[in-house]
Amino acid sequence: MNEIINAKYITRETNHMEYQQGMEIVPGNIIDQVLEARESYDETKYTAADVIRALSKDVLMPEDFAALLSPAAQPYVEQMAKRAQQETRKHFGNSVMMFTPCYIANYCENYCIYCGFNCHNKIRRGKLTMEEVDREMAAIAKSGLKEILILTGESRSMSPVEYIGEACQVARKYFTVIGVEIYPLNSDEYRYLHECGVDYVTVFQETYNPDKYETLHLGGHKRIFPYRLNAQERALMGGMRGVGFAALLGLDDFRKDAFATGMHAYLIQKKYPHAEIAFSCPRLRPIINNDKINPKDVHETQLTQIVCAYRLFMPFASITISTRERAGFRNGIINIAATKISAGVSTGIGEHIDEGESKGDPQFIIDDGRDVDEVRQAIVDQGLQPVFSDYMYVG
Amino acid sequence: MTDTFILGGHEFTSRFILGSGKYSLDLIKAAVEYAGAQIVTLALRRATLGSIDNILDYIPEGVTLLPNTSGARNAEEAVRIARLAREVGCGDFIKIECIHESKYLLPDNYETIKATEILAKEGFIVMPYMYPDLNAARDLVNAGAAAVMPLGAPIGTNKGLVTKEFIQILVDEIDLPIIVDAGIGKPSQACEAMEMGCAAVMSNTAIATAGDIPAMAGAFKQAIEAGRTAYLAGMGRILEKASASSPLTGFLAD
Repeated sequence: MNEIINAKYITRETNHMEYQQGMEIVPGNIIDQVLEARESYDETKYTAADVIRALSKDVLMPEDFAALLSPAAQPYVEQMAKRAQQETRKHFGNSVMMFTPCYIANYCENYCIYCGFNCHNKIRRGKLTMEEVDREMAAIAKSGLKEILILTGESRSMSPVEYIGEACQVARKYFTVIGVEIYPLNSDEYRYLHECGVDYVTVFQETYNPDKYETLHLGGHKRIFPYRLNAQERALMGGMRGVGFAALLGLDDFRKDAFATGMHAYLIQKKYPHAEIAFSCPRLRPIINNDKINPKDVHETQLTQIVCAYRLFMPFASITISTRERAGFRNGIINIAATKISAGVSTGIGEHIDEGESKGDPQFIIDDGRDVDEVRQAIVDQGLQPVFSDYMYVG
Repeated sequence: MTDTFILGGHEFTSRFILGSGKYSLDLIKAAVEYAGAQIVTLALRRATLGSIDNILDYIPEGVTLLPNTSGARNAEEAVRIARLAREVGCGDFIKIECIHESKYLLPDNYETIKATEILAKEGFIVMPYMYPDLNAARDLVNAGAAAVMPLGAPIGTNKGLVTKEFIQILVDEIDLPIIVDAGIGKPSQACEAMEMGCAAVMSNTAIATAGDIPAMAGAFKQAIEAGRTAYLAGMGRILEKASASSPLTGFLAD
């Protein structure tokens, strides 16, 4: 395989829909199907009757999912939550998995105008040495957690695949479940990471609207829309067990983006039936005290509607709820549909070993700062069961 | 004489196998007690040694552990998990789950048979979870299984004995204990499985999702005992349609 083109050659002049040198092309046309589904999704055409019909079905088809995401379903959020809770209990019992993310580097070669890590943002950059990774992991493991999500900024030059692989091998000493949320790779690189102990890969598509995507991602590898969209498929081709999907809700029409996210996962699961599917539900918060009511704002009600729609469409999928959300919301949503929750989160670099003395600035400000014990207790208080390990690496 | 059934040379009086996943650990003890269960399943992937709330700590002494290979996608992974279970002291019982499909979680009979063969040779007491197919069940017998565990309905659906006719075929044709493994949602369905002649019933979700977990465990116990007693008593005839009172063959001269 050719080496992937240097990120600096991908600029706002680069066609964002065109694969660049070294980027692996996957067989099939899932991307076309997802984009077509998004394009043809008309959220205004659904009625209350469509919503009620969808809610009465055992197995939901894409049309039902579409109805549940539509404005017509908004008055039915409570009913959706009740059904979602039933499905969640059927598939997961009262278990809630716990994990924590660990940022090991924040160098980034992308220019994404909404992100705190973007390469033009003057923040402190850093990456952990392997010795520091080890100390960081050991510090996290003390909390009892068994699942870790390793994150980097998107820089192939400063945090190359080998560096990430090495960190994962260190993580393996302390954790039974390892996921990564890093820049998209080719399938052979995913295979390498899988051999280093990684089983789960999450890639946020941010928005599934290619035109909007182009205006938000002005440089770096991330600008190449299809390479990012097909990352989950390459991860599965590389032997990963599970893949995570997400749109950053609120970047564009959130209903269309949520629909595209679900369809993407649906099509991947159809093609790779063994794949474990996961959703994350990050949102751009509406600006409070803004007098103009923007129909595209994602308030907690809309977010709940989306989470419930994901649950009802794919009852077996794992749904993660971010620390971007407040504690009260997170407590509520794990009682309905979310099955995975992070705790003890810090989005800076190396903050678990040197409190207040991180090596790099955080990507975003979190809203739920509870530590592992506090989140664990909150889960127990709701009659749910915190689960630290639900998986073992079997190669 | 006590009514018992035998798995790999071990004798059990309780015919209720209790799942331990999907509900709070501190309820396991009460559930086992109310269920009168002698066998409790355990997902090894949940029982990671050294982690907080180790599931093993919650299972009462004297109960036989039935570790399962959940998470295994093929025979090779199932074998690896089974060996690990034995290494960490879970004993020789192993419930094989080979699932290569994340939507309905249906078992892969082919891989299950392969794993059964390998593990039976290594001295495990192998209890394979399977899709009720007579040919596959026969292969499992030949591979050295100690029981056959067909699904009643997809895991977690609580839909009951959707595969009833096919389970009945296994009960009629296979000499090993037939234990209905998944899909049982209500005590009445567990009772029905026992009336059919199944040796035992395994349930997890139905108990885990009940409002009062120990009470539901107790209800299942009673239902299973009732079904078993009915089976042993010999079920009365059930006619599909009312029979005509005038015989059709009344014209026969001899």
